[in-house]
Amino acid sequence: MTYIKPRFRHPELPKNKIGYAKADYEGAISTLCAGCGHDSISGAIVQACYELSIEPHRLAKLSGIGCSSKTPTYFLSNSHGFNTVHGRMPSIATGAYLANRELIYLGVSGDGDSASIGMGQFVHAVRRNVNMVYIVMNNGCYGLTKGQHSATADLGAQSKTGSVNPFPSIDLVGLALELGATFVGRSFSGDKTQLVPLIKAAMSHPGFALLDVISPCVTFNNQSKSTKSYDYVRAHLEATATIDFVPHKEEIRVDYHPGHSASVELHDGSVIQLHKLAPHWDPTDRNSAVTRLQESKIKGEILTGLLYIDPESQGLHDLEQTVPQALNTLQEEDLNPGAKLLDEINESFR
Amino acid sequence: MKPTNIKDPEYFHKVVDCQYACPAHTPVPEYIRLIAAERYTEAYMVNWESNVFPGILGRTCDRPCEPACRRGRIEEEPVAICRLKRVAADNKGEVRSLMPAVPKEKNGKKIALIGGGPASLTVARDLAPLGYEIHLYDDQKAGGGMMRSQIPAFRLPESVLAEEVDYVLDMGVHTHLNTFVSSMKDMLEKDYDAIFVGTGAPRGGDLPKLPGRWDTKENIHLGIEWLASVAFGHTTKIGKKVLVLGGGNTAMDCCRTARRLGGEQVTVVVRSPFRDMKASPWEIEDAQREDIPILNNMPPKKFVVENGKLKGIVFEKVAAIYDEKGKRTLIPTGEPDVFLEADDVLIAIGQDNAFPWIERDLGIKFGNWDLPVVDKITFQSTLDRVFFGGDAAFGPKNIITAVAHGHQAAISIDLFCRGESVYNRPAPMTNLVSQKMGIHEWAYDSPVVIDARYLVPHVDKQLALKDRTMEVELGFDQPTGFKEAQRCLNCDVQTVFNTSRCIECDACVDICPTSCITFTTNDEEAELRQHLSAPAHNTTQDLYVSEDLPTGRVMIKDEDVCLHCGLCAERCPTAAWDMQKYLYQVTKAAPIWNNSML
Repeated sequence: MTYIKPRFRHPELPKNKIGYAKADYEGAISTLCAGCGHDSISGAIVQACYELSIEPHRLAKLSGIGCSSKTPTYFLSNSHGFNTVHGRMPSIATGAYLANRELIYLGVSGDGDSASIGMGQFVHAVRRNVNMVYIVMNNGCYGLTKGQHSATADLGAQSKTGSVNPFPSIDLVGLALELGATFVGRSFSGDKTQLVPLIKAAMSHPGFALLDVISPCVTFNNQSKSTKSYDYVRAHLEATATIDFVPHKEEIRVDYHPGHSASVELHDGSVIQLHKLAPHWDPTDRNSAVTRLQESKIKGEILTGLLYIDPESQGLHDLEQTVPQALNTLQEEDLNPGAKLLDEINESFR
Repeated sequence: MKPTNIKDPEYFHKVVDCQYACPAHTPVPEYIRLIAAERYTEAYMVNWESNVFPGILGRTCDRPCEPACRRGRIEEEPVAICRLKRVAADNKGEVRSLMPAVPKEKNGKKIALIGGGPASLTVARDLAPLGYEIHLYDDQKAGGGMMRSQIPAFRLPESVLAEEVDYVLDMGVHTHLNTFVSSMKDMLEKDYDAIFVGTGAPRGGDLPKLPGRWDTKENIHLGIEWLASVAFGHTTKIGKKVLVLGGGNTAMDCCRTARRLGGEQVTVVVRSPFRDMKASPWEIEDAQREDIPILNNMPPKKFVVENGKLKGIVFEKVAAIYDEKGKRTLIPTGEPDVFLEADDVLIAIGQDNAFPWIERDLGIKFGNWDLPVVDKITFQSTLDRVFFGGDAAFGPKNIITAVAHGHQAAISIDLFCRGESVYNRPAPMTNLVSQKMGIHEWAYDSPVVIDARYLVPHVDKQLALKDRTMEVELGFDQPTGFKEAQRCLNCDVQTVFNTSRCIECDACVDICPTSCITFTTNDEEAELRQHLSAPAHNTTQDLYVSEDLPTGRVMIKDEDVCLHCGLCAERCPTAAWDMQKYLYQVTKAAPIWNNSML
């Protein structure tokens, strides 16, 4: 009987720039169903953090309720964590980010947690451009309660019990574009070659970065008439471009083909490289992203990859023009400049 | 790369590193699990079927399995396989009733075995159940060959040796002990249908040209002859200052025996560097533990004999130089020679074959180093009814190799006597069975314990040095044996992949603790080895490649450091991975004991 992951690791496991192996970013053994897409996303997060050489204590993982929101236990066990009430992760993330802008915030949510109970929270985190990565592990069903359709289930999709979904789905990607999100991507749990660079790019983006990751529920939503099964998603995938993420100060090795490639430089000097671009699409043009998304929807494709990025994005702290240091490190003398200064200010209004 | 053919019996066999490395291919994990289950009798029989001498080998084996053990690639030390074998032998119950019956009605064929060591005894064990009339010749007073004459009793108690030799001899073998066979011609003239030669490598190496070697006869001894003389009680004491020349296991046995026979200052002197010594590391440790210094880089220059009495040896000081190909030359350092005093000298610098008793006009061809020309697969000589095995066939090796030879020679002899081609070798018996019992339950202990290798306790040194027959190693007790057995990774429980079931969800890739699994586009092996989840530098270990998957990729598993923990199969939603126990058994001339009944 094995509920425990053996402690031995590959003896030649490579180390990243700060001396950690990939295994140092792992978490506890997953208790999700075998083959759950969420576990692959956890694996991609581990891979991305390892490749970015993130110091585990510099990252905070936050989640709500649901299968998806259990996953932070299964990765980055040396990082900070906060498991919030159902749908309320964006508020906690906003508060944490305001108090300490120096951490990397990684929110993990599901389709129920974000598109139903937490919708009111989600939209405000988007429009405030809270500096965080917001991953939605989207399986189109309520896996914890035996697979009822969720708000992201496609119109006409059939559940495992046979009921056909009579409602149109909420597309979180379209919604986020509409709300002014500064980084929007979609991916598939079964495609780590796309997902890992997307997570890395999202983590380097200053502002709200939404990644809607289709993640098949093997137990309740992997049947033939599901539109979120491994087979269906693989058959209908359409990528905007293949993506490479090149961290700051690393040599760019891939050839640049005008018209077929584009590169977007982020504020910290790292570069997102896109190849085999979809026609009529510019990653920095919100309109073209919206158009491209609609076209794909009409064709019945699932458009994945980086859809839109605003390279000029400014996070909530910059929008609010707060001080550069973390608010939770401000001392009494910083916050209370004294009666003399107050008098001077009051005097200036007379 | 092409998809791996797991139907090839050797593919999964190779994954079971210990069994693959064992010359007799003993199913190691199988008996280790039985030890953990306290089924010592069955564990013994699994061994007995394969290697005939579990109690003897559990104390004396050269252990080719242990350097091969996968555990040694994951942490510091391999599983103590050899000492676990002894646990099975020490704790077994009644075993005679489990051994094959010997038919009263014989098959009419007579076989002669020359030499009573492990190779001959193995041939006898394998052929007796088929009704062959077997005659064993040996010049010693009891069977066992070098196991009796060369392995000191403090490593191998006489009772253990006698028990396992008798299991074979009691299968109706006609023994001709105290009988030195001096002519192969005479043997061929007798009415034997086949003759097996298992006479070992009985000639001890000497230093005939070293000045002073022949100035005295008294106190210069050849190691293996001296050990035999001690074993049979002819020699009971030795001088206080003893020099042992040589760095192999015989030298270690000589020096430790000398300590027990009155040697107070026993010193081993090796001509080469310490690291080039041929002795097993554990034998070297045991010698050092008994206060025996080992001096290296000192070839002997001359014996010093005064008035017919040995005084000692003068040694030269050298350093080893290795060229680009690793070839060694010993260069004198120019330091002054060293004189070491000695009352007795034991020369243990190797041993050779000797066939003065085989006439050269019988049709048995001899090749290099006066070794007979023997077929490597059939063990048949150029005279079709004469077979060789053990050290007599290809020069000195070890007991387990002799046993492996014996099994193959027995098959050849049986085929030959039945008039069939000796190249008509039987295929190995293989069996592959799923171990799945539930979502998280397997028919084997899949969790991987992190315990370091347990040490075998030793008897008090002062007591051991007083009695040459007192066994030094005490063996694991049952609880320690269990803990050591649990260190085994169960490499025979194979990760079997079914391409048609895989939905490419990556669950196995994510869970694998040792990053063995990769899904990628196919390529040449050398290229693939660079781009897997973890680098696959150990090219002695295979890559397990699936057929093409729906996305056009393939599954590649590097077998190298797989823990056989079963997590890939537990996390697989479609049972594309399954843990299946692979039993590989070398087919013997006669059915001995059916492991698959376990």
